[in-house]
Amino acid sequence: MDKITSLKIRANQLRQDVIEMTAEAGSGHPGGSLSAADIVACLYFEVLRHNPKNPKWPDRDRFVLSKGHACPVLYSALARSGYFPVEELRTLRKIGSRLQGHPDNRKTPGVEICSGSLGQGISAAVGMALAGKIDKKSFRVYVLIGDGEIEEGQVWEAAMSASHYKLDNLCAILDYNGLQIDGPIRKVMSPEPIKEKWLSFGWHTVEIDGHNIPEILDAFSQAKQVKGKPTIIIAHTTKGKGVSFMENVVEFHGKAPAKEEAKKALEELREEVRQWEN
Amino acid sequence: MGKLIATRDAFGEVLVELGERYKNLVVLTADLAESTRTNKFASRFPDRFFNMGIAEQNMMGVAAGLASCDKIVVASSFAIFSTGRAWEQVRYSICHSYLNVKVVATHGGISVGEDGSSHQATEDLSLMRPLPGMRVVVPADATETKLAIRAAVETDGPFYIRLGRPKIPVIFEDSCPFQLGKGYRLTEGEDVAIFACGVMLYQALEAEKNLRREGVKAQVINMSTIKPIDTQIIIEAAKATGAVVTAEEHQVTGGLGSAVSEVLAENFPVPLERVGIKDRFGESGTPEELFKKYGLTARDIEEAAKKVLRRKG
Repeated sequence: MDKITSLKIRANQLRQDVIEMTAEAGSGHPGGSLSAADIVACLYFEVLRHNPKNPKWPDRDRFVLSKGHACPVLYSALARSGYFPVEELRTLRKIGSRLQGHPDNRKTPGVEICSGSLGQGISAAVGMALAGKIDKKSFRVYVLIGDGEIEEGQVWEAAMSASHYKLDNLCAILDYNGLQIDGPIRKVMSPEPIKEKWLSFGWHTVEIDGHNIPEILDAFSQAKQVKGKPTIIIAHTTKGKGVSFMENVVEFHGKAPAKEEAKKALEELREEVRQWEN
Repeated sequence: MGKLIATRDAFGEVLVELGERYKNLVVLTADLAESTRTNKFASRFPDRFFNMGIAEQNMMGVAAGLASCDKIVVASSFAIFSTGRAWEQVRYSICHSYLNVKVVATHGGISVGEDGSSHQATEDLSLMRPLPGMRVVVPADATETKLAIRAAVETDGPFYIRLGRPKIPVIFEDSCPFQLGKGYRLTEGEDVAIFACGVMLYQALEAEKNLRREGVKAQVINMSTIKPIDTQIIIEAAKATGAVVTAEEHQVTGGLGSAVSEVLAENFPVPLERVGIKDRFGESGTPEELFKKYGLTARDIEEAAKKVLRRKG
């Protein structure tokens, strides 16, 4: 099987896990997890230099999920990479679980830092990239941010500092799905024009379809070539991507699918894989 | 009165010493390199010093990220911005992630003076104290500041260390018995126990002398570590004296007075009086004028001691 199809299948698996995990938990954030699944699959199964057997390997690439509410997709990627057993995914959000409602480095192997209080993850990623520069290490730092999240002032403080310190080892990915809890971002509090803002903060920008695997991979390799400034990949995505009745439905930002909905969603996702395999 | 040295000056000096010893020590400030005295570290170790501009929230997040990559990080700004503006970043990115970040804040309390209330942190201790894993230290003079900073750098995990702006008397000329997490007695006395931290320790020692002239014997205890609080010394002092006074350059809620009250209420309740700022904001003025107006002088401690003695009966 070619690399692209194999990554599509990986992303599909992450989506199935997201549906199963949130349905089992009865809560969580499926919409923004599904929109990020292709990006996260490309990172964990192709781009990141990491070692699940040694999560603290000093030279590893770092990934920070600044939009921490999308942690079901991160947990799935970590489990499928081998950081912890896949069966543990079913414990999401339950008492005593290592899989908290938002990422917690003290509980989950492979999680770099607590995130999900929006705006904080990107600053932490700037700190990691700065550490890489101090030590002249070659590791790269990736941070996934939400489009609603960039309404937080801290994001722009972080953006300013990343370009000030010329952190070309830092790559942000904007999951630009257009929706936040209270509705379309343009109606709630428009962060537009997004690309121009990042450009004016001194970042290299790449705009892609965030569900197109070759475009995602190409953007990551472009980012590696950029010198003297950080890169942001503005990934146009669909919230709820991959499940017809969840796509662009704002309620699925923070609502788990009911048992019946989950069943239907899994059927759709499995059918998609069957088509690719034929 | 002996020498006068600002605790922030001691901080600036010890940071350079520690920078020599710890190659992974990184220092951040938010456009206050000169005021926080981190400029000394900056000129000695320019590759390990980063000015983060007037952006304290990002500074705390960056500090957390650096610490997650095995750096010891000192993040320094004024007390009000370090703890107030960036509180949730300190809570979540630093304390919740349990990272090796030392928030060292200068300009604590009303001794900031003429800049006025906007820049006078009188609530910072109560903001930092409830954070799980956070240690809170308020050194009493320049000598103790150096020991506290050294202890923080050598101990894993988050710290909040509160320093001041003006020059204050050096209490510990030669040696200082500072130990993280321990209070220590500086005078012996069985009538009343006075717990003080920061610049108020000097006021407490002055009060002790005056009280002694009037026949009241007070034990003065330096409670530079507010968290973890030394419960043993508090209970011992309460048992020995039956009357307690606390003194801090802070609101009487949430800081040292509260910490001591909590220990006493749960273990050995005795009459207690809290010297500190009583539910109001500061204002512009010289530190001396403000201390007088806001009830933070040796005389205020003496009066509190006499009052608590009357209550003791």
